[in-house]
Amino acid sequence: MAERSTDFDAIVVGAGPAGSCAAIELARAGKSVLLIERGPFPGSKNMYGGVVYPRILDELIPQWWEEAPIQRWVTRRSTMIMTPTQALTIDFRSQNWAAPPYNGATAYRPDFDHWLANKATDAGAQLLCSTVVTGVLRDSAGNVTGVRTDRPDGDLTAKVVIACDGVNSFIAKEVGLYGKADASNYTLGVKETLALPKETIDERFGVRGREGVDIEVVGCTEGVNGGGFVYTNLDTVSLGVVLKLPKLAAQKKRPEEIIASFKKHPAIAPLIEGAELKEYSAHVIPEAGYKMFPKLVGPGLLVAGDAAALCLAAGIWLEGVNFAMASGMYAGRAAAQALTRGNTGPDGLKPYLTMLDTSFVLKDHQKLQEIPHLVLSDRVQNQYPGFIANIVERMFRVDNPTPKPGLRRILLEERKRAGIRWRDLLRDGRTGMKGFG
Amino acid sequence: MTAFRTDWGTISFDDRMATSEFRIHERAHIVVDGDACRGCSTQECVVACPARLFVPTSDGGVLFNYEQCFECGTCYLVCNTKGAISWNYPEGGHGIVFHQT
Ligand SMILES: Cc1cc2nc3c(=O)[nH]c(=O)nc-3n(C[C@H](O)[C@H](O)[C@H](O)COP(=O)(O)OP(=O)(O)OC[C@H]3O[C@@H](n4cnc5c(N)ncnc54)[C@H](O)[C@@H]3O)c2cc1C
Ligand code: SF4
Ligand code: SF4
Repeated sequence: MAERSTDFDAIVVGAGPAGSCAAIELARAGKSVLLIERGPFPGSKNMYGGVVYPRILDELIPQWWEEAPIQRWVTRRSTMIMTPTQALTIDFRSQNWAAPPYNGATAYRPDFDHWLANKATDAGAQLLCSTVVTGVLRDSAGNVTGVRTDRPDGDLTAKVVIACDGVNSFIAKEVGLYGKADASNYTLGVKETLALPKETIDERFGVRGREGVDIEVVGCTEGVNGGGFVYTNLDTVSLGVVLKLPKLAAQKKRPEEIIASFKKHPAIAPLIEGAELKEYSAHVIPEAGYKMFPKLVGPGLLVAGDAAALCLAAGIWLEGVNFAMASGMYAGRAAAQALTRGNTGPDGLKPYLTMLDTSFVLKDHQKLQEIPHLVLSDRVQNQYPGFIANIVERMFRVDNPTPKPGLRRILLEERKRAGIRWRDLLRDGRTGMKGFG
Repeated sequence: MTAFRTDWGTISFDDRMATSEFRIHERAHIVVDGDACRGCSTQECVVACPARLFVPTSDGGVLFNYEQCFECGTCYLVCNTKGAISWNYPEGGHGIVFHQT
């Protein structure tokens, strides 16, 4: 491509975790970069479950934990299998996660995203808020040459555009990087931020100081495929459910009704009794991972984060922020290198793919590619929770004078009662092992 | 034995929505074509919209109000009728503003 004069070297659309990390990389490489955000401040449009895994920030912000706006450091992780009357919890605690360099942390996205965007402006990026990118500018050959915004005289040009505009990713769609949209690749997340005094949270969840708890739940969504979560902040609890879109619509159950029944479950109600609703929020998640990735490189364009469906939604892991930060960082790095070489065409930008391929971003997705589908399958959602909970219940039940049946018999009987075929059980076990093993 | 109180959790839907901040712009960012909806048997948007912004009408259509919208995208994703929903983000700086999410 011949050198042309542009307003900026690079324009990054969306000041979420992906966009801010892309802008940090570009600015630090000495490129002029504009970061555009449609909300009044970075993070104002963003909600999530509630736990970030910021390890990847070691590369960008050494000792990030000393300044990041963190609520609590997760030292306790529970996975709960639930039926309307039962709950089996696997509860893990590690004090190793209570000190630097930590593991997971709860944080509010309006705080966290705002902080991260400030890191980009510190590095020299320009941040433009309250501005919607309404489309891309292209030359006659179809190369992306900038963006159109909703500001008067709002066209802005750049040699490379990085789309970090989140799950709806209208830019990637406009440039034709996505196949046909399929609602079954998406889940809706709804959440309540519930206020409780800090001491009450500490007591009920068994933590102290800045320690926090992360609870993931399967079997709590009233037959709509999905899952639930409960996370502790300093003086609020984030509680919500994610629901597979076509199923939600088909089951005729409203999202807030599913939350309400989740809150009433005897394993959950004592944790949040008396809490006041402070904020209700909703957002969509690209859930299908590997199966729904768009093309990640276009002419003069890179796509990162949720806009590229890079969120990892694999049951016990719901990691999107770290995948967004990493992919954004690599996109920024690849764009900076392409700018230095003076080649921002598709082959100039291609090293982005290699960076993703050789990092956890695509390696994790590749390894776990069958898991999102397995976790949201009807069996895992509707049959296995009851099957497992009944086995445990019968192991612990004392049925005197009847002698103990033994695990073998319980297993055989419960499998039959749940109507699960051996074939499916083995196959799901194998798929699980392949992903998690 | 007394059960754990759960009645405190019941608030009206309006009160629930009042906990979120919306900076409403006078122009609707989402427009729903009521005529297209009259032929729609599933009306999935009515169930799925987390803000309950689609309300069925007695003549088989739906009534839509854009004001308290989370801008999540659920409605256009579940809607199978081409052209029924024209979906955009609100003007810059407007719409939902999250705080402790
Ligand atoms: C209910 C729920 C629970 C989740 N739980 C977790 C969790 O516990 N842990 C975790 O790591 N991840 C979680 N995720 C996933 C995580 O939130 C996402 O993967 C992550 O936010 C993706 O970051 P991003 O920067 O790619 O996109 P986003 O965070 O969506 O940021 C995109 C930004 O672009 C802006 N934007 C969009 N379009 C335009 C435009 N046209 N013009 C200008 N600006 C625009 C938006 O306002 C936004 O600020 C969850 C998601 C949901 C919905
Ligand atoms: S918006 Fe779509 S799903 Fe909803 S009633 Fe209209 S046509 Fe049906
Ligand atoms: S974008 Fe979400 S909140 Fe807004 S109308 Fe559509 S479904 Fe409802």
